[in-house]
Amino acid sequence: MKDDIIICRCQDVTEQEIVDAIKKYNLSTVDEVKRVTRAGMGHCQGKTCRKLVEQILSRELSRPVSADQYTTLRPPTRAVPLDLLANAEQSFDKVVSRGRGGHNE
Amino acid sequence: MIRKVQMAVIGGGPAGLSAAVAAASQGVTVEIFDDNFIPGGQLIKQTHKFFGAKQHLCGTRGMDIAQILLDRCTQHNVIINQQATVTGVYANTLGVLYPDKFEEVEFKSLVVATGASENMIRFVNNELPGIYGAGAIQTLMNVFGIRPAQNVLMVGSGNIGLIVSYQLKQAEVEVECIVEALPQVGGYQVHASKIQRMGIPILTNHTIIRAEGNEQEGVTGAIISEIDKDFRPVPGTEKYLSVDTICLAVGLTPLADLLEQCGCKMTTISELGGRVAVHNHYMQTSRPDVFLAGDVSGIEEAVTATLEGQLAGLAAAKYMNIGNPLIIQNKMNEILIQLNEFRDGPFGEKATYGSQRLLKEYSYE
Repeated sequence: MKDDIIICRCQDVTEQEIVDAIKKYNLSTVDEVKRVTRAGMGHCQGKTCRKLVEQILSRELSRPVSADQYTTLRPPTRAVPLDLLANAEQSFDKVVSRGRGGHNE
Repeated sequence: MIRKVQMAVIGGGPAGLSAAVAAASQGVTVEIFDDNFIPGGQLIKQTHKFFGAKQHLCGTRGMDIAQILLDRCTQHNVIINQQATVTGVYANTLGVLYPDKFEEVEFKSLVVATGASENMIRFVNNELPGIYGAGAIQTLMNVFGIRPAQNVLMVGSGNIGLIVSYQLKQAEVEVECIVEALPQVGGYQVHASKIQRMGIPILTNHTIIRAEGNEQEGVTGAIISEIDKDFRPVPGTEKYLSVDTICLAVGLTPLADLLEQCGCKMTTISELGGRVAVHNHYMQTSRPDVFLAGDVSGIEEAVTATLEGQLAGLAAAKYMNIGNPLIIQNKMNEILIQLNEFRDGPFGEKATYGSQRLLKEYSYE
């Protein structure tokens, strides 16, 4: 077995892949790492790997990870099957448009 | 039609149940949403008696405390929705996922008592079958009555690592040793002494660097190593342990995703376990209709979770102008005194510093 360490178990992303991506694309935030490698995009939505990715980033950039480098959290926090969503009395669109949503709105 | 509730509580652990009872006792209609099969949170796995004063239900086994709180919920007509996962908090609506449906629930006030998730650490082969979080080991052993292992390496000597090691021994599982990355034991000395008397060594300044095994057999061994003050392995100090299970008890992170999503002001305080929502003494966040209690407000333990829950429930009732505000204020003052006494006592020292910082940030608003 290769001495590489799985960081995101949901998406099978290894530490080496994350380090390579940080170097290759000059990444500096957890969201950027997420978009390039998919770490944190699986079933648990980063609950297991978020802190580990922050640790790796901080080590590679030689500075602590600050608030503006954290990942943005958006609903849903868990996967929602589409058939249940379709059967819900109110459509999900309506819920989202009424809501405050994430940081970017 | 969107279902409407006066107060929604997310999480049915000690904090959520206490919040629900406290609010319901003032006349609030309360519904709890809990994502597990059995409500009670981590309490249902705690076979040991809790330390502390009788008035905080201490001296009672955790699983019995869960039953006491559940009985109080029944007395106060609190509805507990089971297998109900809240997937998002919107303006004043929750999205709730059940095994067979998805529904929206509108709330006037919300208590978030979602608890915490277990931390993971980096070591080679950390994805092998046979590597568990301490919570999973406790669930298998204490909820389902399944012997989870033959011999275990415990990683982490906080109270959870110490208590689960003790419980493993009670289930006649060998605990090879406990490794602790810091120079000193993390948990209470009284637990550590008990563990050492049982013959389980606690190796400080040590960590796991590699799991041995394969996909078919799972874990067959572990390599531990001494580490220096920067947590780097010291070459030549590696030791092989023949174990079939590795149990990780390396800290908790508040499950604060829902609070962040719904617009509460957040801050990062490492003493409290990571990102937490800024709140006042009465557990009210920067969003006046949203309250929080328990580990999600910063990692502590069950007694403080219960007291924080009571505060959050009462504060939510007061916010909605339900019940007698003077009686509620008196009750909240009493609970605050109890909470401070407990935190100043021998079993509450750890989180006080973090809590103070959190309140300081709130008062600068």
